[in-house]
Amino acid sequence: MIAFTELYVFVLAAFVGYQVITRVPPLLHTPLMSATNAISGISLVGSLVAAGAGAQGTRVSTILGFIAVTSATINVVGGFLITDRMLKMFKRVPKPPTP
Amino acid sequence: MPVRDIFIEATYLAASVMFILGLRSLTRPEFARRGMQQAAIGMVLAIVGTLIKHEIVEYQWIVAGLALGTLIGYPLGMFVPMTAMPQRIAISHMFGAVAATLVGVATYYNSGGVLSHGEMTALGFEVMFGSLTITGSLMATLKLAELMPGRPITFRGQNAVNLTLFAATFGIFIYLIARPDQTMFFYGMIALGLVIGMSMVLPIGGADMPVVVSLLNSYAGLASAATGFAIGNNVLIIAGALDGASGFLLSILMSKAMNRSFSNVLFGAFGSVVTTTKTLATGQTYTPVSAEDAAMRLAYAGRVIIVPGYGMAVAQSQHVVRELAELIEHRGGDVKYAIHPVAGRMPGHMNVLLAEADVPYDRLYDMEQINGEFDKTDVVLVIGANDVVNPAARTDPSSPIYGMPILNVDRARSVIVMKRSMNPGFAGIENELFYDPKTSMLFGDAKASLTKLVSEVKNV
Repeated sequence: MIAFTELYVFVLAAFVGYQVITRVPPLLHTPLMSATNAISGISLVGSLVAAGAGAQGTRVSTILGFIAVTSATINVVGGFLITDRMLKMFKRVPKPPTP
Repeated sequence: MPVRDIFIEATYLAASVMFILGLRSLTRPEFARRGMQQAAIGMVLAIVGTLIKHEIVEYQWIVAGLALGTLIGYPLGMFVPMTAMPQRIAISHMFGAVAATLVGVATYYNSGGVLSHGEMTALGFEVMFGSLTITGSLMATLKLAELMPGRPITFRGQNAVNLTLFAATFGIFIYLIARPDQTMFFYGMIALGLVIGMSMVLPIGGADMPVVVSLLNSYAGLASAATGFAIGNNVLIIAGALDGASGFLLSILMSKAMNRSFSNVLFGAFGSVVTTTKTLATGQTYTPVSAEDAAMRLAYAGRVIIVPGYGMAVAQSQHVVRELAELIEHRGGDVKYAIHPVAGRMPGHMNVLLAEADVPYDRLYDMEQINGEFDKTDVVLVIGANDVVNPAARTDPSSPIYGMPILNVDRARSVIVMKRSMNPGFAGIENELFYDPKTSMLFGDAKASLTKLVSEVKNV
């Protein structure tokens, strides 16, 4: 059976996510998408193990792991960079200089 | 527990906390940037933690993958223009799904099919969500990038075919949980998932893309979370759950803003073609206006609201829009932007484009914030938006968009609509706003018209 602690973690994380994300204004919905994308690049954690298992794994799993590492890295690097680039653009009305 | 394992778990815990704080920072634009930078540090920590795991014995493939991924990811992050953002987001869902699916296949392959029922359930969800997200996102990307026709591609009996595919996949999944050693069924399920992803997105047209892109975001997250279950990794479960929840919530918001029911979204039936009920406005007349007259009215207006739509994105005219708004402000007018939730091709599309053009974000207003202000507004300038300003959504129960929340542009004192021609928009629905006596139509390419308006306002 799936360990129940893992199910707890999933349900609670989804709940926290839902609570946090309902408060993200529509203004930032695109950066939100790219941010969650970058964060889900954490699947790199699984890919790394597949790509580096050496003799404990198989040739096939190493190659699949290599492609998975590449894809996940694209999301991590590209995702965080583009989120930052977008967030950098959001500026307030400049305050008029006080005389 | 050896020190190494404690350290690894600590990096995962830190990463999870930083991810949640990073997303929380997105509730306030002024903190968002720093929060996401912290989340990136969390990611680096988790990667370092993983690299020292004792399961990892050789590094050449890892280094190669990290290097190649960075080489591709860097330009995708730094050089993709904001106008290409919808397809950029869609393709990143694909990369996430590829990673999850391949890790699932690798795990299954190495196990030789010797798996507990619980492990098989997790793996099954992983490759199922993963495979349908791969092709679904690819289709969405091709459509958004206009490498494929954006209109819905449908054929007779499509719904029956899709339903059969779903049922078959579900059946195979159940069988696999009972008999994890049935290798052919495992790969068969992936193949079916790939077909479903394609057949799900093909019948969906451009204007429905915000829902699809959000839904694929959610599926990619769920695939990651399932990976976490399969390999027993909590940080993956947490990140996947966050991603899944976010995409899920966005798809609910988008479908509400588009007047589609939630179950409609869950089952992917949102592509069902809108039957075009053309209550054609025969006999109705519209008022064309020249750029000179439109500019005159804008120049002397006290309160102006600009309503951008996909047409602004297509013409890439956000910079000219900002220039025009600044000119009006210099003359003493007040300019606000009204953003409908589904204007454009993804959630928040218009906001990003306008922010890129240096429009301050406190000038951008959501539908709820601004709908009460239209009746006090002298001129509303609609740029390439159609259905989101169609009063039929409020008044005509026979209209396919009846009930959809809209921007109450028709309540303003006067309206200028910029449009290419009188052709009805994507959904093929006639818009009576265009025939309203207080509405003037300014025909032509949005960018060209706006440039003309700018030079005319300067001359006033």
